[in-house]
Amino acid sequence: MDLRDTPEEAAFRAELRAWIGENLTDEIRRGRFEEAGRDWSWKLHEAGYAGLTWPQEYGGAGAPYSHQAIFLEEMARAEAPPHLGVIGLGMAGPTIIAHGTDAQKQKHLEKILSTEEIWCQGFSEPGAGSDLSAVRTTARRENGHFVVDGQKVWSSFAHIADWCILVTRSDPESARHAGLTYLLVDMHAPGVEVRPLRQITGEAEFNEIFFSGVEVPAENVVGEVGGGWQVAMTTLLHERGTLGFALTAGLESQIRKLIALAKEKGATPVQRDAIAREWIGLQAVRYTNYRSLTTLMKTGIPGPEGSGAKLWWSEANQRVTKLALELLGPEAQIVENGGYWQHQQLRSRGNTIEAGTSEILRNIIAERVLGLPRSR
Amino acid sequence: MEFAFTREQEELRREARGFLEANPEAPLSQLRELGWLGVSVPEERGGGGLSFVDEAILFEEAGRVLYPGPFLTTDVVLPALPEVDEEAWSVELDGLVPHLDSADRVLREDMTAVPAEGETLATVDDSRPLGRLASRGHGDSIDGDFEPVRLRLLAGLAAEAVGVAQKALELGVEYVSQREQFGKKIGTYQAVSHPLADTYVETELARSLAYWAAWCVAEEDEQAPTAVAAAKSMAAETAVAACERSIQVHGGIGFTWEHVLHRYYKRAQWIDAFGGHAARQREVVAAALLD
Repeated sequence: MDLRDTPEEAAFRAELRAWIGENLTDEIRRGRFEEAGRDWSWKLHEAGYAGLTWPQEYGGAGAPYSHQAIFLEEMARAEAPPHLGVIGLGMAGPTIIAHGTDAQKQKHLEKILSTEEIWCQGFSEPGAGSDLSAVRTTARRENGHFVVDGQKVWSSFAHIADWCILVTRSDPESARHAGLTYLLVDMHAPGVEVRPLRQITGEAEFNEIFFSGVEVPAENVVGEVGGGWQVAMTTLLHERGTLGFALTAGLESQIRKLIALAKEKGATPVQRDAIAREWIGLQAVRYTNYRSLTTLMKTGIPGPEGSGAKLWWSEANQRVTKLALELLGPEAQIVENGGYWQHQQLRSRGNTIEAGTSEILRNIIAERVLGLPRSR
Repeated sequence: MEFAFTREQEELRREARGFLEANPEAPLSQLRELGWLGVSVPEERGGGGLSFVDEAILFEEAGRVLYPGPFLTTDVVLPALPEVDEEAWSVELDGLVPHLDSADRVLREDMTAVPAEGETLATVDDSRPLGRLASRGHGDSIDGDFEPVRLRLLAGLAAEAVGVAQKALELGVEYVSQREQFGKKIGTYQAVSHPLADTYVETELARSLAYWAAWCVAEEDEQAPTAVAAAKSMAAETAVAACERSIQVHGGIGFTWEHVLHRYYKRAQWIDAFGGHAARQREVVAAALLD
């Protein structure tokens, strides 16, 4: 056990920190995500920081997961915007690497790394949220291609995306996990319509996607026709895999801001206790991620201890943002005084819903980690 | 960065678990024969030459079986002595001495060592009595500061609390996987399974803090006082909550004297109280962050 960076990790961290110092301008930090994010993503790619853990044969850096963790920590510390291709880099790319054909790898992987292609995810539907197996978007076979009809919802980046990883029902007679097919869909194809979904914060971070008679070539199937469930599980595994580090890094930056606010405004003994509690929880999640990461680097599979990271983070972020509003006092309701925290607090309500609701995550821990009898 | 136990540490844990499950009330002398006392003291001073992380593993395992003797208190004093001795030690904190009746000597906060003489008081956790030293008599002065002893003690309690929480969780999981009501295993009801999932998450978080704190103590890291306060506060609260949830999912049987859970619950509360409840530990953290 050694909780310090190894000399090699320390060198990577120092080099990265210097690079961020030189390249992350205030313009990028404050700019509109869609435009500024593109420049930033390109810079990250040129410097070799996109696809850190991707194998070298697919254009990645082939770096250990510890580098990805350091990368996420340093990005959060510098308050850098996320890479515009998070879905491509974290979900679509690894899924194509695991299940895709050589042609799909050739066509997409390099463009995902360079952000030439921005990706979105078409999994959730109005009637299929936590229960992904209830998917109703259909893919009908017709003359060597598929015709897709249906509606997806909660798709981040769909309004700027070039491609979509889409879970469809290809066998109309099938039920639940069988008969699903995983497709790569061109978002510029005729019949694809994207409508922004205005959320509780007033902004539109997510979208609805409507597919009407969209033709998708048969070579865009990932895995087997009818084997889409297994492919989708790979995607979700990657979504939840390194997620813990990204979340912890984000929470650390929130708590740093919270502490600064408490110093500025003053805190009651009760608020001091609450702030200490959140800081302690942050250290606990951080070191639990390190344990999980060590297991991942030794065995290739993240340890079960990390399965609670997202659950804890989401509820902690809700408490932290509320605490900040409380520190602001009665003026917390005036937009010009608390814009940042008002937005963060409202946004945090989504944290216990997106990427697995807290209820689903507790089911997963109860059944798969603790081995309790299944509830469904 | 590597947050994992070595093969030797895993082996130590296996050995400790096997021995303590078979001999949960083994006399201190037997633990001494196993080499579990003074584990982190350098070999030239009669110790095991390992680290405080190894000791924390033993404390966690001792917590799992509610080991009743003055193991923790002896073990945290030994590194402060010029040489490992054969005595059973305790420590006085906030005027209270755990195991006063079974210890030979007591280390006080002014770094004097006095004979373990005084009045032993009954405690809610009857496996860990507290006493008050008789006020008379001068002690032998021992070189060094008390702070490292206090940090080892509280970090040790945090590790012990993790063992308590883990056992309470396992008892709950075992029970709800067997007990049937309305024709179903009660573990299928989410109102029953979700509190256990919360205990799992909190126990893993507390375990990470406990070993972070143990590592900081072992490395004499400057963060040690904050890490120890953080670990003690969360691990103690986690152990208390783990027992409360386990009692709840056990239903009526969990509330009885004959079931073992109340003993875990009382130990968890003892740990939380000794050296200062969780809120007092958090004030240490808050001061480091805000003042």
